Amino acid sequence: MKISIKRDEEFVEYELNAEGETLLWALTKIKTTQDNTLSFSSGCRSSVCGSCSMRVNEREVLACSYKLQDGDRVEPLRNTRVIRDLVVDMDKAYSFNAKAKAWLDPIVKNAALNHEDEKINELQSDCILCGSCYSACPVYSVNEEFLGPFALTRAWKYESDKRSSDTTQMIDTIQTNGVWDCTLCNECTLVCPQNISSKADIEKLRSKSAMAGHSDPSFAQSFGGGFGFDGSPSF
Amino acid sequence: MNNKSDVLIIGAGGAGLTAALNAKISGASVKVLTKEYPTRSQTCMAQGGINAALGNAGEDSVEAHIANTLKSAHGEADEEAVRFMCSEAINAVEWLDSIGVCFSRTEEAKIAQRTLGGASASRACYAQDYTGLKILHTLYDRCQKEGIEILNEKYLLDLLRDEKGCVCGAQVLDIRSGEIEIHRANAVILAGGGYSRIYDKNSTNSTASTGDAIAIALRSGAEVIDMEFVQFHPTALKNSSILISESARGEGGYLLNSKGERFTDELAPRDIVSRAINDEIQKGEDIFLDIRHLGETFIDEGLPQERKLAKLYENIDPVFELIPIRPVAHYTMGGIFVDNKSQTTLKGLFACGECANHRVHGANRLGGNSLLEIVVFGKEAGLNAAKYAIENSFEDKTQSDVTGDSFFEDLKEFTNEIDFYEKRELVGDMFYDKVGIVRKEDELQNAAQEIAELKTQLCKMGVSDRSKEYNTNLIEFLEFRNILDVCEAVVSGAIERKVSCGAHYIV
Repeated sequence: MKISIKRDEEFVEYELNAEGETLLWALTKIKTTQDNTLSFSSGCRSSVCGSCSMRVNEREVLACSYKLQDGDRVEPLRNTRVIRDLVVDMDKAYSFNAKAKAWLDPIVKNAALNHEDEKINELQSDCILCGSCYSACPVYSVNEEFLGPFALTRAWKYESDKRSSDTTQMIDTIQTNGVWDCTLCNECTLVCPQNISSKADIEKLRSKSAMAGHSDPSFAQSFGGGFGFDGSPSF
Repeated sequence: MNNKSDVLIIGAGGAGLTAALNAKISGASVKVLTKEYPTRSQTCMAQGGINAALGNAGEDSVEAHIANTLKSAHGEADEEAVRFMCSEAINAVEWLDSIGVCFSRTEEAKIAQRTLGGASASRACYAQDYTGLKILHTLYDRCQKEGIEILNEKYLLDLLRDEKGCVCGAQVLDIRSGEIEIHRANAVILAGGGYSRIYDKNSTNSTASTGDAIAIALRSGAEVIDMEFVQFHPTALKNSSILISESARGEGGYLLNSKGERFTDELAPRDIVSRAINDEIQKGEDIFLDIRHLGETFIDEGLPQERKLAKLYENIDPVFELIPIRPVAHYTMGGIFVDNKSQTTLKGLFACGECANHRVHGANRLGGNSLLEIVVFGKEAGLNAAKYAIENSFEDKTQSDVTGDSFFEDLKEFTNEIDFYEKRELVGDMFYDKVGIVRKEDELQNAAQEIAELKTQLCKMGVSDRSKEYNTNLIEFLEFRNILDVCEAVVSGAIERKVSCGAHYIV
């Protein structure tokens, strides 16, 4: 089986026997037996650490959970600096979690949450920060200050948490380069290995923002039309 | 970059981040270094739960938790430390709850609890089967809130010592630039994780669990104890060594041999179950985990990750099929000796998490006690290191960057005659066979000789990738050196311990 891996600006082809194996298995095999210089990140091998996100045939995947096909073309994530081969710099994307003030504040002792409350943000708390969503996001590709999908999902996780008593600061923070900048294109949802929809979370944050008295700046500047530039109703 | 802090923490898993938060609360300036990113550490892989005698799912008590822990430890735990950990467990879970960990809940609005092996009650609080992931990410969010500086992709090379021999910082390799950096501090906390990957692919762990912190502590002269105690988890997927959580058995899963017979008490402590499976495998049996009778709805609700992993890595759907399993290295009880203030035998050096040995697991750790340990003793290490750092301000100290280790310089001259990746795999398989679930004196001696020989050959195993930036070939070689040092400690501990005890089983 042949696969090509993007290294610097060029695709380099490798041949190996990897029927039924994962991409991570193949990368490890290539590194340890064919080319010691191949660089990639990995960790848990079981889709929870978020280290091995990359693109195969122009689609974001976790290398540890992607089954290799002959002819696959492997590339690093987009919209971030490539450090070497398939390794990208995740510092900036990570920094948006802090920028979005995605945490519980103030902390709450002995909150009585029931089974239904648990389900409210169970999915959002499955996020592994692999960064696939930032790679797929067309808004982030043109606005590098856009808080982006996983940080906004994290904001919604805490906003929707019954233990949160005051999220005013967070809601205020995500008005700029945040919820209104998203085009609701849904690319983030399609590539998420944990089946999280940041798009849906952003819509919910928009609704919360409206309830807190904020409005869509593009709507405020328009001539009273009831729709955002993507055609969806704006709150 | 400000290269001085009161407290420097190496490792950003659950233990390191808990230590960071508590050191910060104590008024110390804190810096955390990790060879990965904070949410990628081994903690994210813990599935089963965190023990606390809340009694939310039937009667339970702190005393029962202590008794179960001590029993599983086979007399090798420190009762005072166990008592402290189990008593603090309730506060620990309440604290995690208060900062936003999304625990699973009961209808009565309480934290849900389930039974894990060796426990007399349903004591493990869980977040579906993502308990470690959700705890780790919440700790990370909390560190963001507190503005704690976390520097990613820094690999520990050595500890710095001042003229009195006190640890006063660390020498690290910035993986991205390939530059060496010096980070000074009044106190250093090692929270670098365990060493299960000395067994290479015969381990459930992340590829990062190479025992770096322990190897460096050893080379710096810190005492390391009980290294021979390695826990083999009974149920890893047969081909990929991916963990299938103990909760699968806790919820009622069976272990079957090729004849479809049950052959052991599935909820006995892990060492006993692993040996029972090993015995069957020695008889030529294939071993399976059977959760079919739990039903699809229950599996999707309580064990979703298990279903996903079995499908992906073993190509079977556990709702309808048996899951092929075998025991592999999962958790390392041994580690850096610490006193009841989490201080090592070196002044200024503290340790917590799997790399440390707080003597709470003894010869065999109970499921649900590892997440507990990192939170309870992560806190202690953070508080004590901060106190020490503030009391021993380094403004008046001369800046001496004594590092005792020249390996990093030396390796530039190493030849490339032997492939260390081949040796890494060989060591893993050899250790699984000879220093594994069942050990024999002569095989241990043999393993010790092999490790000694490999150590002399390191100078012929130089890296072939000569680039400076992001050289993972180099990092993996440095890890391999640490693996060999840890292997040496494990096998010598195993040789010295003549009598079977818990996970150390000698025939």
